[in-house]
Amino acid sequence: MAGSVNLTITPPRWLLAELTYSCPLQCPYCANPIDFASIKNELGTEDWLRVLTEARAMGAVQLGFSGGEPLTRQDLPVLVKHARELGYFSNLITSGYGMTEAKIVELKEAGLDHIQVSIQSPEKTLNDELAGTESFEHKKEVARLVKKHGYPMVLCVVVHRKNIHQIREILEMATELGADYLEVANTQYYGWAHLNRDQLLPTKEQFEEAEAIAQAYKEKVKGKMKIYYVIPDFYEDRPKACMNGWGTTFLTIAPDGTALPCHSARELPGLVCPNVKDMSIYDIWHHSEAFNHFRGDEWMKEPCRSCPEKTKDFGGCHCQAYLLTGDMHNTDPACSLSPDRERVYEAIFKARNDSESGNVKPLVFRNPKNSKMLA
Amino acid sequence: MKIQHESVNMALDPTKILNFSPALRLQWEETQKKHVILYPEGIVELNVPSTEILKLCDGEHNAEQILVELEAKFNQTGLKNDIYGFLEVAIENGWIS
Repeated sequence: MAGSVNLTITPPRWLLAELTYSCPLQCPYCANPIDFASIKNELGTEDWLRVLTEARAMGAVQLGFSGGEPLTRQDLPVLVKHARELGYFSNLITSGYGMTEAKIVELKEAGLDHIQVSIQSPEKTLNDELAGTESFEHKKEVARLVKKHGYPMVLCVVVHRKNIHQIREILEMATELGADYLEVANTQYYGWAHLNRDQLLPTKEQFEEAEAIAQAYKEKVKGKMKIYYVIPDFYEDRPKACMNGWGTTFLTIAPDGTALPCHSARELPGLVCPNVKDMSIYDIWHHSEAFNHFRGDEWMKEPCRSCPEKTKDFGGCHCQAYLLTGDMHNTDPACSLSPDRERVYEAIFKARNDSESGNVKPLVFRNPKNSKMLA
Repeated sequence: MKIQHESVNMALDPTKILNFSPALRLQWEETQKKHVILYPEGIVELNVPSTEILKLCDGEHNAEQILVELEAKFNQTGLKNDIYGFLEVAIENGWIS
């Protein structure tokens, strides 16, 4: 008999505050929704302050300021200060674009705990090409300044077929910049990354080689730099325990105040996500349809329903189930037990075809023009 | 065959003053009724003894002094292995130095 997934509602622990969809960069693997350009009405300062207060009162303690590029929000220091007073451990997730030394100091004084800088590639030409803007030298300078001012520095590099061959250089760059933490994040295929999947998904051989190099390096720098290696699940047998279980730990607030159980959830048709302008965080977490939708295991179909592993992976990722099968209630095809497993093989096949065709499709960059065209 | 436990106290100098890492935070979480360590991308929940030990890694105490102080506070002896063992773990995780 399969066990059952715990239905007790636990308090949120992580709050991701997506302050804006504005971004000077155009990364083709961005996790923002394709139609971001048509989503208006960014929350004002007062609403954000209230969101921070309410979520903290419920137990959220890890806080990420993200976007888009959160530095484009002029009220960022005010929000950081409020977060610190409430006892959050706050993280700025930035491209580094638009960051100055004065800003780094100002945010430190406001109480920011750490800064995560993303770099697209350890090589200038590719970095600038992927970011869609000349930013490489500036990003490296920002990483150094973050260190200089005493923050723990988290370097994030998103890995895909265009840069996976540079894994050694990525690791060496992190060491050279003195990163305390390195996040090597294999692209997760949602949002813009889903759109560009044929152009971005590496082969299994590429994955395995990169992972072996990264794991060996992890041993080598143990005690000096902590490496988080985010695995892709297209080449796994079991899906990831998405969001540590839906509505158990993570709360994302999108720029317009939409509350999401995961940052990709607004892609899911039929899921009506509440807005912080209409409901308190408490009611959103406890009573909204969206946050309760995938709690427990009542929603599950076979093979998940009778699977003993459902208490471990909760059926996997609903966004991936939707994107690959058209139904968010299906088993995530990243699971080899999924009847739709062939969707994953098709994706791998199509990507390999693209890379070997000699006529690779161009990347679709994440910018307002493309967003409006595709929406 | 008896496996010799390599002394885990190798990295711990009991006379060295210990400091909690300035990059991390140790704080009380009211909703969980627990102390936690906060670090980039993570939370570690602490029990009462671990919290007491870490609170004394304050730039004024070394391991010997922490031992004396906590044995007195809890009116207990023989805590050396537990306390030094935990300090080892804390050093390895970068919580203290």
